[in-house]
Amino acid sequence: MNRPLIRAVDLVKSYPIGAGESVAALRHVDFAIDAGEFVSIMGPSGSGKSTLMNILGCLDTATTGHYFLNGQDSGRLSADALAALRNRLIGFVFQGFNLLPRKTILDNVALPLLYAGLNRPESHRRAAAGLERVGLGSLARQRPNQLSGGQQQRVAIARALVNEPRLILADEPTGNLDSRTSEDIMKLFGQLNEARGITLIVVTHEPDIARHARRLIHVVDGMIAGDGAVESVLQRTAS
Amino acid sequence: MIVREILGEAGQSMGANRLRTGLTMLGMIIGVGAVVLMLAIGQGAQYMVSESIASMGSNLFIVLSGSSTSGGLRTGSGTAPTLTLKDAEAIEELPDVEAVAPVMPNNAPLIHGASNWSTMVAGTTPSYFAARDWSFVSGEGFTENDVRSATRVVVLGQRVVQNLFGDEDPVGTTIRIKNSPFLVLGVLAPKGQSLDGRDQDDTALVPVTTAQRQLFGDQFPGMVRFMMIKARTRESMPWAEQGIRDLLRSRHRLRPGQEDDFTVRNLTALAQTAAGTTRAMSMMLGSIASVSLLVGGIGIMNIMLVSVTERTREIGIRMAIGARRRDILLQFLFEALMISLLGSLIGALVGFFGAFAVSRIVGMTVVVTVWSVLLAFLVAASVGIFFGFYPARKAAGLRPIEALRYQ
Ligand SMILES: Nc1ncnc2c1ncn2[C@@H]1O[C@H](COP(=O)(O)OP(=O)(O)O)[C@@H](O)[C@H]1O
Ligand SMILES: [Mg+2]
Repeated sequence: MNRPLIRAVDLVKSYPIGAGESVAALRHVDFAIDAGEFVSIMGPSGSGKSTLMNILGCLDTATTGHYFLNGQDSGRLSADALAALRNRLIGFVFQGFNLLPRKTILDNVALPLLYAGLNRPESHRRAAAGLERVGLGSLARQRPNQLSGGQQQRVAIARALVNEPRLILADEPTGNLDSRTSEDIMKLFGQLNEARGITLIVVTHEPDIARHARRLIHVVDGMIAGDGAVESVLQRTAS
Repeated sequence: MIVREILGEAGQSMGANRLRTGLTMLGMIIGVGAVVLMLAIGQGAQYMVSESIASMGSNLFIVLSGSSTSGGLRTGSGTAPTLTLKDAEAIEELPDVEAVAPVMPNNAPLIHGASNWSTMVAGTTPSYFAARDWSFVSGEGFTENDVRSATRVVVLGQRVVQNLFGDEDPVGTTIRIKNSPFLVLGVLAPKGQSLDGRDQDDTALVPVTTAQRQLFGDQFPGMVRFMMIKARTRESMPWAEQGIRDLLRSRHRLRPGQEDDFTVRNLTALAQTAAGTTRAMSMMLGSIASVSLLVGGIGIMNIMLVSVTERTREIGIRMAIGARRRDILLQFLFEALMISLLGSLIGALVGFFGAFAVSRIVGMTVVVTVWSVLLAFLVAASVGIFFGFYPARKAAGLRPIEALRYQ
């Protein structure tokens, strides 16, 4: 029997906004994602997509409900255990790239390996190989601000991949990129998913971006409004 | 993360913001530099005092002509001396007294060939060498015979030899003091500065009778300006002092209630006081300097706190890609530690060379010990850990998502 890589059970997230009040960003969300899937998450701004991604990435915890990653209840794990999960099982790609500006491209990509306990020479070797794979081998000594947005996002992807994670979480990875570059980035994701079987979850609000995935989860107002094959969900949304 | 690599990360971020790192370090440099310098000056002063004390001779009294009053000592050129050579001889008979040296000092020019040098020429007795524990580097001292027959012989201090003879050995040559020829019998060992800052080697000693009869005239026949008296032991000093006072009062026919016409001063006790004062002063200097070390430490904490706030997002990114709390804690702690260690290393060097600059420029004696440098260094390192810990813990305690969202 195939245990899902990700299982969200009755997830609720509310943010306190002072004076005892709180806004509910997620209201009772349930779903599961199997290993090897390529999923898009769509929804209007403020619908709770980022909130959901942060919980899936073990950066944040749900107010109530359970989130199982690879069969483990994330709510029962220590801070260090969560750090280890983020390090080895998950790769993040953010809208704003989130590279460390003072480090070289190579050092940026090597950093997760250092946190995994490798020494610097070995992690540099692997990081250089990773940069080659996303076609940026020649830029290893540059700093992030010397690169275009598309190149920076490729560096971020190389960093996300360097520890060979099973899951990549990308929150609006093309939000800051032009449509051609976005297209390239999404193709790269597609290859990763097909060739290496990496599970991909990509948040976007552009249907064209979402179409690169096979499954689409539609989030509205903190709840799942649709979940299924991309085209069918898109049609239902349009109507 | 491997500790060595965390160190590397800390080093990288130190290097990435050189101005900030440098300014923080400056606080430590000044702090440690000040401590090392102040300790060097304090220990230099202590060293000087202990050298002077050692050179003074042990268990020593000085008895001066003239009484002491509440306002201080009434002596000087106008006062006639009240102590006599006979007093000295009588004191020598006291059971607790080992040696008595009457001293009749006066300034006089010394001439040898083309060189001349003016110094304090003191008429005294052979007991002086014993009282002051003063040995000879060349030749010997004069004897009781020389005193009895008032021969024209002289013993020279190092400074006088330097100025009149240079590197030559003066023993056996004849010099002129106030135009009379004197045979040089010996050269005294160097003693350096006295407690009151005089150069003890800038002196010439002649038999007291010679001084009175042939050099400085017979203005006060048989009189001496002061006497150096050595007690037999440290413990017998109070008895010796009482004995000297009683003896002099009866010899000078002072009635009860009448003021002493002499002053007995326990030089050894004065020296102890001076040593104590110097020690206190040097501790005070050290503690004042330590305050700047503390200020430097607070500077580190301040900068590290600013740094943690400024780098919140960086911390968030590091956590997102797998940094554990320990990794972040150690990175910031190492950073503080490296700043304080490097700062104190530079500070120790600055203090070290500053101390030599001070001794060169001001002519002060300084003593830099390994211990004082080590102490300043260790204190600085602890300051770095202590003041670096709070900001580091703050950084490590951040929640990943909040750090990542920080703008
Ligand atoms: N840190 C926060 N504190 C308070 N409210 C928040 C916080 N983060 C998100 N929210 C709120 O939660 C809701 C969902 O936000 P978010 O998950 O960022 O949506 P999306 O990514 O879909 O635009 C919004 O109403 C937003 O204002
Ligand atoms: Mg969002």
